[in-house]
Amino acid sequence: MHESILVYRHFRYLKWAVTLTVVAILAYVFHTPGEPANGGTWLGYTLGGIGAGLIFWLAWFGMRKRDYAKPTGKLEDWLSAHIYLGLSLIFIATLHSGFQFGWNVHTLAYVLMMLVIASGAFGLYAYIRYPRLMTDNRRGTTLDAMIVEMAEADREIRELAAKMSDEIRDLVFDAIDNTTIGGGVRRQLEPGRSGRTVAAIDKVRSAFASGARDQTETSRRLISLLTRKNELVVRARNDVMYKAMMDVWLYVHVPLSFALLVALVAHVIAVFFYW
Amino acid sequence: MAGKFKVAIVGSGPAGMSAGGRAAETNVSHILFEKSDHLSDTIYKYQKGKFVMATPDVLPLRSPMTFQAGIREDILGTWDKEAAKHKVNVRFKSEVVAIKGQKGNFELRVQGGGDIVAEYVILCIGLQGNLRKLECEGADRPWVQYQLDDPDAYSDETIVVIGAGDAAIENAVALAKQNKVIIVNRRDEFARVKQGNLNLIAEAIDKGIIECYYNSEPGHIGDNYLLLKTAEGEAKIECNRIIARLGADPPRRFVESCGIKFPSKDRAALPELSGSYESNVPGLYILGALGGYPLIKQAMNQGYEVIEFIEGRPVKPADEPLLESKFANINVPVEEMLQRIRQNVPLLSGLTTLQLREFMIDSNVHTPRRGDVIFHRNDYTNSFFSIVQGNVDIQINPTNTAEVVGLGQGQFFGEMGLISGRRRTATTISASDDCVLIETPRRSMIKLVNSVAAVKKVLDQTAMARQIQTHLAPAVPTSELQEVVESAKIESYPAGHVIFNEGDQGDAVYLIRRGSVTVSRSIAGRNLVLSYVPAGNYVGEMALLSRKPRSATIKTAVATEAVRLDGSAFNKVLDKYPDLRRRLEAKYDQRLVENVRMEASPESGSLIEFLVAQGVGEATDVLLIDESLCVRCDNCEKACAETHGGTSRLDREAGPTFASLHVPTSCRHCEHPHCMADCPADAIHRASNGEVFIDDKCIGCGNCERNCPYQVIHMAAKPPAKPGLLQWLLFGMGPGPGEDLEAKKIKSSSPKLAVKCDMCKDLAAGPACVRACPTGAAIRVNPEDFFALTIRG
Ligand SMILES: Cc1cc2nc3c(=O)[nH]c(=O)nc-3n(C[C@H](O)[C@H](O)[C@H](O)COP(=O)(O)OP(=O)(O)OC[C@H]3O[C@@H](n4cnc5c(N)ncnc54)[C@H](O)[C@@H]3O)c2cc1C
Ligand code: HEM
Ligand code: HEM
Ligand code: SF4
Ligand code: SF4
Repeated sequence: MHESILVYRHFRYLKWAVTLTVVAILAYVFHTPGEPANGGTWLGYTLGGIGAGLIFWLAWFGMRKRDYAKPTGKLEDWLSAHIYLGLSLIFIATLHSGFQFGWNVHTLAYVLMMLVIASGAFGLYAYIRYPRLMTDNRRGTTLDAMIVEMAEADREIRELAAKMSDEIRDLVFDAIDNTTIGGGVRRQLEPGRSGRTVAAIDKVRSAFASGARDQTETSRRLISLLTRKNELVVRARNDVMYKAMMDVWLYVHVPLSFALLVALVAHVIAVFFYW
Repeated sequence: MAGKFKVAIVGSGPAGMSAGGRAAETNVSHILFEKSDHLSDTIYKYQKGKFVMATPDVLPLRSPMTFQAGIREDILGTWDKEAAKHKVNVRFKSEVVAIKGQKGNFELRVQGGGDIVAEYVILCIGLQGNLRKLECEGADRPWVQYQLDDPDAYSDETIVVIGAGDAAIENAVALAKQNKVIIVNRRDEFARVKQGNLNLIAEAIDKGIIECYYNSEPGHIGDNYLLLKTAEGEAKIECNRIIARLGADPPRRFVESCGIKFPSKDRAALPELSGSYESNVPGLYILGALGGYPLIKQAMNQGYEVIEFIEGRPVKPADEPLLESKFANINVPVEEMLQRIRQNVPLLSGLTTLQLREFMIDSNVHTPRRGDVIFHRNDYTNSFFSIVQGNVDIQINPTNTAEVVGLGQGQFFGEMGLISGRRRTATTISASDDCVLIETPRRSMIKLVNSVAAVKKVLDQTAMARQIQTHLAPAVPTSELQEVVESAKIESYPAGHVIFNEGDQGDAVYLIRRGSVTVSRSIAGRNLVLSYVPAGNYVGEMALLSRKPRSATIKTAVATEAVRLDGSAFNKVLDKYPDLRRRLEAKYDQRLVENVRMEASPESGSLIEFLVAQGVGEATDVLLIDESLCVRCDNCEKACAETHGGTSRLDREAGPTFASLHVPTSCRHCEHPHCMADCPADAIHRASNGEVFIDDKCIGCGNCERNCPYQVIHMAAKPPAKPGLLQWLLFGMGPGPGEDLEAKKIKSSSPKLAVKCDMCKDLAAGPACVRACPTGAAIRVNPEDFFALTIRG
């Protein structure tokens, strides 16, 4: 009953995109303009026109996405088409340029377009990969619940650690105080790891191994609590990372789309002035 | 005895106060008792600044007191002034605790003394009931309170909250923001509260924000401390304030103690009243919410009218113009029409004039021509029709419209949807040109069924015969089913009840007429759900056909009603009609095949079990999210808010998940919507596609929010309009589409009304949430179809 955007409607938009691409390639191969292939031939104009049309339409997706009250259509349709037709641009635009690249505004537009497409491709990858990982990682709870549980564990850990040697206590307190979930962009994008808490566990464990008799029960409980806490930290950080992965690329995709639109307009104006 | 009056009025709500005003205005000797120290306690207790509505708009107001939609404070202020102006003889802080005697000589006992005698008594004490009080020593100390108006008014105190219900939890959690809070629970857990509140309190206790004493009861209250009796012994808690939230006793017991009879035990039953609001005790009148008139304007009108009745001045009821307009299309005077209805429709003949008027005000009169469709098969409408005149045809065979059952004058139809809460089972068309039909909404019908025992009986019997015929034996003539019908019984079960167990001896077939059940079997020590059977189907036929013990356990998924058919009577019909036997056997074989498949894939069974445990069994349409596709963009919530005045009606993240299937907090459009039960304004309806929605009659009382077990109704004010899409994009005028108004601290001045999902019934392409999901993770499904899909793989 549920199917992903890629197989949506039995690959309807993949079929459209492939058709468009194949026709463009065939036309390019059989087209003999009598000059090196470029954007100035009739085929060049046609492909350029199609490409520009596609780009404006793709960018319009941002508007369509926010037109919530639209009485018709599903966003899923739009996204499925967005992806496949967006990818077909790689061929359309390249063929349009006739592989004539240089240090000019034309190539700037082209490069920007490729970057938008590349970021879109990453987004697609993230959309397909991370939801499942995130669900599995959560095991039915939410990030908030994990944080609550961590706070509870911290409270007990502090109580137990206070009974241990000064060295261990300081280490454990330091681990608690300096363990954070989330943070800046870089932190959010890192997979969940655990530094201090693991160091604290190791320390308690070695104390336990060599341990003073009367502390063994406390150490044992401390180790198990720290281990539980550590597991939560890793999971919470992973959760943050998955979400960040699904969000971050849009901060590249969208601004570059705007830049692309500007460059494209410049390109079109430029070619009309020079010709 | 301290005094003798012509009329004693008990309760100074809109009804009592208006009666007092009319009595004072016309110099009738009267006394008005009010147990609190101000007029109209129910309205006094509304939230501060609440906008009070004056619905129904079409109903004229007839009272010496004025009333217009407006702010609570203004309305109460006006009433205080007017009561003083008319010199209403009101006695505050005087709770009437007993009423004895008869017309001409009633004795009223008043708490704290001042008993009186009166010729007539008007009882208008509303439905709020009495707050339960602590019974321990010291419970009357001034720092013990039973209500909390504004939690933010207290800070830096130590406060003990006693009680374990929703109100206690909500108060404790709200107070804990600025105070040290201790909650006292008589039992060892918080049962019977909303899931949301349970989470709140569990979290607050876990985090140490609130301290909790379980298995504890107050033993003694001192000057500044509370002595608790706990399981481990006594505990002394020093505190500044005790707030006890112990719930309220409904007024019914008191009312019954006055000799007033209720027609049934049902919570929704109302006392029977005459056309002049007189109860079965002559001289004792009942008005307002207690009498089944839950709106302020109605109550005030009755207050006026009742004094006129007592004084022997006949008045046309204020609702006369409403009825006149109802009957306008048939051009018959009101009196004559009511008479005709009573004569022609046996089901309604036992109603009192008042009941019949009420019934007709809620209903509509239709005059379809021959061939007009009244409703279609599979419509989701749930109204009930009575035939005053003419004939209708019910098309019992969807593939052949010529196959009809005719109904004539005095009969009724549409009761199946009322009982099952499901789609119409047959298309019904008018069969004569002079048809006159009464269409009554579900709510009024339920009220009637619960208030008039005879109606319930006739309805149940007729419906049962029709259900057996429709769902089990359509090809068998009614006469042949006589024995089966006579031996049949209607049984009702709560959710989670086992109707029969695997291995039991089978002697009956059950036709599910309301609710749904799961079929399960014990395999390798594990209970495995094999199937889900909704209303309109039967279970238990397998044992009857195979003459072996029950092969599976049947458990109700939600509150369920079944028609239990006697096995031997049923077998006789089967013997006579081999076609029917063959049809049942075919179904039996199909079920066997499905069972084998389900046994091979226990995950599907677990999925059904999970969803049923979430109450999805009573849903007609539920939002599900496949978490393996959901990118958590919250576009569904944004779409909901944007298409519904800025407030999202769904909470994506909240709610349970099982094997990547997530059930977000969102309306399920229940078969029998709990939210509808107590809406005084009759603002909640079901549209023909099944959408349960709230219309603009809502008065913001919050009953539906409390009654919905799935917490999907919020009270929200309409936020101000947002700038257009382009204005936002080009000129940065915020907030933009999908952006939260609350985050921008935009306050609204409009009244808080109930909001819930309406499945975007006004958008042609369907729910915005689902359509705004970029990855197709969100779907809305009918659980029956969904389960069928799961079972067939
Ligand atoms: C939150 C909320 C919002 C609402 N909003 C609206 C709205 O906007 N518009 C609208 O039309 N309706 C509204 N209603 C419904 C409306 O409040 C009631 O229908 C109306 O108050 C009923 O009037 P009543 O006179 O029957 O009883 P009540 O108003 O309930 O009055 C009963 C009075 O009797 C007193 N009393 C009780 N027992 C005794 C006793 N034994 N002795 C002496 N006195 C006693 C009580 O203290 C109380 O003052 C709302 C209801 C609620 C709960
Ligand atoms: C309205 C649409 C378009 C028109 C009319 C158009 C027109 C042209 C013309 C006339 C040329 C030849 C210029 C030359 O040979 O110097 C050209 C080249 C080129 N165009 Fe376009 N174009 C359009 C859209 C696009 C798009 C969508 C892209 C990709 C983003 C693009 C990228 C290029 C590139 C890379 C070249 C080669 C530059 C070069 O020749 O140095 N064009 N275009
Ligand atoms: C030049 C080509 C493209 C342009 C101009 C473009 C533009 C856009 C824009 C404006 C948005 C809306 C973002 C938002 O407002 O949230 C968007 C979203 C998106 N694009 Fe593209 N895009 C292009 C190509 C692609 C390609 C090739 C892919 C995939 C392979 C892709 C995948 C996506 C995805 C997954 C989204 C997010 C949808 C959502 O979460 O709602 N895009 N794109
Ligand atoms: S609001 Fe609640 S009770 Fe009403 S239909 Fe929706 S889920 Fe059911
Ligand atoms: S819709 Fe809800 S809040 Fe509004 S009047 Fe009805 S029950 Fe009260």
